[in-house]
Amino acid sequence: MADPILSVRNLHTHFFADEGVVRAVDGTSFDLHSGRTLGIVGESGCGKSVTAKSILRIVERPGRIVSGEILLRRKNGSVVDLVTLPTDGVEMRGIRGGNIGLVFQEPMSSLSAFHTIGNQLIEAIRLHSRLTKPAARARAVELLAMVGIPRPSQRIDSYSFELSGGLRQRVMIAMALAAEPRVLIADEPTTALDVTTQAQILELIRRLQQERDLAVMLITHDMGVIAEMADDVVVMYLGKEVEKGPVDAIFHAPRHPYTKSLLRSIPSVLAEPRSRLATITGSIPHPFARPGGCPFHPRCPDRMSVCETSVPQEIVIGENHATACHLYTRVPA
Amino acid sequence: MTVPVLDVRSLRKHFPLRRGLLGRVAGQIKAVDDVSFSINGGETLSLVGESGCGKTTTSRCILRAIRPSGGEIRFRVESGEQIDVAPLEAKQLRPLRRQMQMIFQDPFSSLNPRMTISEIIGEPLLVNGMTNTGVRNKRVAELLELVQLPSAYLNRFPHAFSGGQRQRIGIARALALNPSLVVADEPVSALDVSVQAQIVNLMLDLQDRLGLAFLFVAHDLSVVKHVSHRVAVMYVGRIVEIAPTTSLFKTPRHPYTEALLSAVPVPDPRRRAQRIVLEGDVADPSNPPSGCHFHPRCRYATDRCRIETPVLTEITPGHAVRCLRAEELFLQGVPAG
Repeated sequence: MADPILSVRNLHTHFFADEGVVRAVDGTSFDLHSGRTLGIVGESGCGKSVTAKSILRIVERPGRIVSGEILLRRKNGSVVDLVTLPTDGVEMRGIRGGNIGLVFQEPMSSLSAFHTIGNQLIEAIRLHSRLTKPAARARAVELLAMVGIPRPSQRIDSYSFELSGGLRQRVMIAMALAAEPRVLIADEPTTALDVTTQAQILELIRRLQQERDLAVMLITHDMGVIAEMADDVVVMYLGKEVEKGPVDAIFHAPRHPYTKSLLRSIPSVLAEPRSRLATITGSIPHPFARPGGCPFHPRCPDRMSVCETSVPQEIVIGENHATACHLYTRVPA
Repeated sequence: MTVPVLDVRSLRKHFPLRRGLLGRVAGQIKAVDDVSFSINGGETLSLVGESGCGKTTTSRCILRAIRPSGGEIRFRVESGEQIDVAPLEAKQLRPLRRQMQMIFQDPFSSLNPRMTISEIIGEPLLVNGMTNTGVRNKRVAELLELVQLPSAYLNRFPHAFSGGQRQRIGIARALALNPSLVVADEPVSALDVSVQAQIVNLMLDLQDRLGLAFLFVAHDLSVVKHVSHRVAVMYVGRIVEIAPTTSLFKTPRHPYTEALLSAVPVPDPRRRAQRIVLEGDVADPSNPPSGCHFHPRCRYATDRCRIETPVLTEITPGHAVRCLRAEELFLQGVPAG
C-alpha cells in the first residue's frame, strides 16, 4: 500500500479534571489512505470523537495531547507532525479545512442561524483561497450542486433553519470540502438523521470519495454503517484500540471478546422476530472508575486472572489484523 | 373473540397553522390523519416511520397527553368494558391513567435528580393511595427485582446510575401500578448497543411474564424486528402499511416500506447491496402532496397516484396496505435469517 496520508502513532489524549485524570485516548495508532475509508467504532466514552478532535487539534481544556504523533502528508509531499504545531498557529489553521475537512454529527447546531448558508460557505472558501467574493460565490453554488442540493443558486441565500436535516448535512459536507482537503473526518455524520436520509448521505460521501480520492475517517457507534462504508476498522473501548483490521475480518473473523460480543448484541433486520439478543454483562464504567489491566475485563466472558493486572499489548494475528487481548499473547517460555 | 386492550379507530390530530401578527389560522397540519389499529393483551405493536410522520403524536393522543381532533380510542378497563378515552375530560381520565403507562426515550431527563430511586418508583403508588410506607417499600423492592436491579440501590439518586440502569428504573416506575398498556417511545435509542440489548430482552421478558400490551414507537427497524408481533408503518400522518412482523419484513407491499427496509444498514460487509435511495425529503405535513402522499418520492408512481388517495386495504389476512398499485407490485423485503 502507498504511504498513508495521515498516520496516528501511539496517541494519548488525557483530560485533567479536578476529580482525576481521564485517559480518553490511551495509545491509538492507525493510518488513513487516499481513496479508502477507515471506520472507527465504539460505544460512548471509547475515545472515538476525542481522537478526531486530537487530529484537528481542537481538544477542549482540560484535555490535551500527552504524547504520540499525528503525521500528515501535505499536498507538496512533506510530512508534518500536527502534535508539534501550536493549536492557534497559521499552519494549523491552514490544515483545518485546508488539508482535513470535518463533518459533525449535529447539522442543526453546527451551522449559524444568523448567516445564510451561502455566507458561511463563502467564508470557508475565502479562508483558504484568494478568490474574490463573486468568484467565491460562484464556487459556493458549484459546491452546493456537487453535494446534490436542488436549485443551488437560489438555496445559497437560505438560512440553515429553512433546510431539512438532510440538506443541512449536505451543506456541512460542502463546507468541509470547500478547500479541497484530501482527508475527510466524519464524526457520526448520519446519527441525527432518518434512515432514508442516512442512506442518501452515505451514498453522497461514497460518491465524493471516489471522485476526489479522499481518505475518509468515519466515526460511528453503528456497526451497520461501518459494514456498509468502511474498508478498514478500528474497534475502541475506553480509550483503547481493542482490535483493528479489514472490514471483512472484523465482521467475519473477529478475535477480541469485545468485538465478538458487540457484534452479537446488535439488533438486525435479518433476525427472527421476537428473538432475544446476546448481551454484554454490566455497563460501560464511569471514566474515573476505569478498571485496571485490560479495560474490558470486568465484562469479558473469557476473562483470565492476568487480565485484571496487566494491560494487553497489540498482537498481529492476520494480514493487517491486530488485537490487544491476553488470549492471543504467547506465554513466555 | 378477545377484546383488544386498545382499539384505535380513525384517530385524527390536526394542529392549526397560525400565520401573521394576529395568529390567523392559515391551515391545518394533519399530524395524525385517519389512523386505526388495535393491540391485544400480551402483544407488541410497533409504530415506525421517520421524523414528522406522526408516530409520537399518535402515542400522545392515546395516552391523552393531548386531545385528539377526532376518532375513537377504545381502551379496555379492568372490568373488561371498553371505554372511549378520546372525548374524556381530565377528571374522568384520572382513574384510567394508572392502567396506561409510559416509558420515555431519555433516561437522563425523565428521572427527577432530587428524588431517590425508592421515591421515584414509589410516587405513583403513593399518588394512587398506597400511603403505608412499609407496604409501599415492599412493592418498590419487588419492582426493582422485576427489572433486575439490586434492592441495595433503593436510597440512591439517579446520578449514580448508568443509562441502562436508569432505563430499568423508568420501566419499574411504569409497571408500579400494574398497567395493561405500556407506551414506549424510543425506549432504547439513547442507549449504547451493549446496553440496548439488555433493555430489549428485559422488555420481552416482562411482557411474557405480565401479559402487557406494548405500543412501541421507534425509528430503528432492527430493534422493531426484535420486539414486535405486528408493525405499522406511518408516512405523513397516515398508516401506509400494517402487518405481522414477519410478513412486513419479508414481503412488504408498500413502496415506502420497501425503501425503508432497503435503507437500513445491515451489519455484514458481504451484504453491501444496491440500496433504494429515496429522492428528496419527507413531505411537509402542512402541505402534503395530492393523492398518495408518497407519490413524489415513489419509483412506482403513476398519474393515478397523483390524483387518487389510496385507502388502507387488507390484501392478505392481517396485512393491510395503502397503495393503489399494491396488487400488481412485486417488492423486495429483507431475507429471513
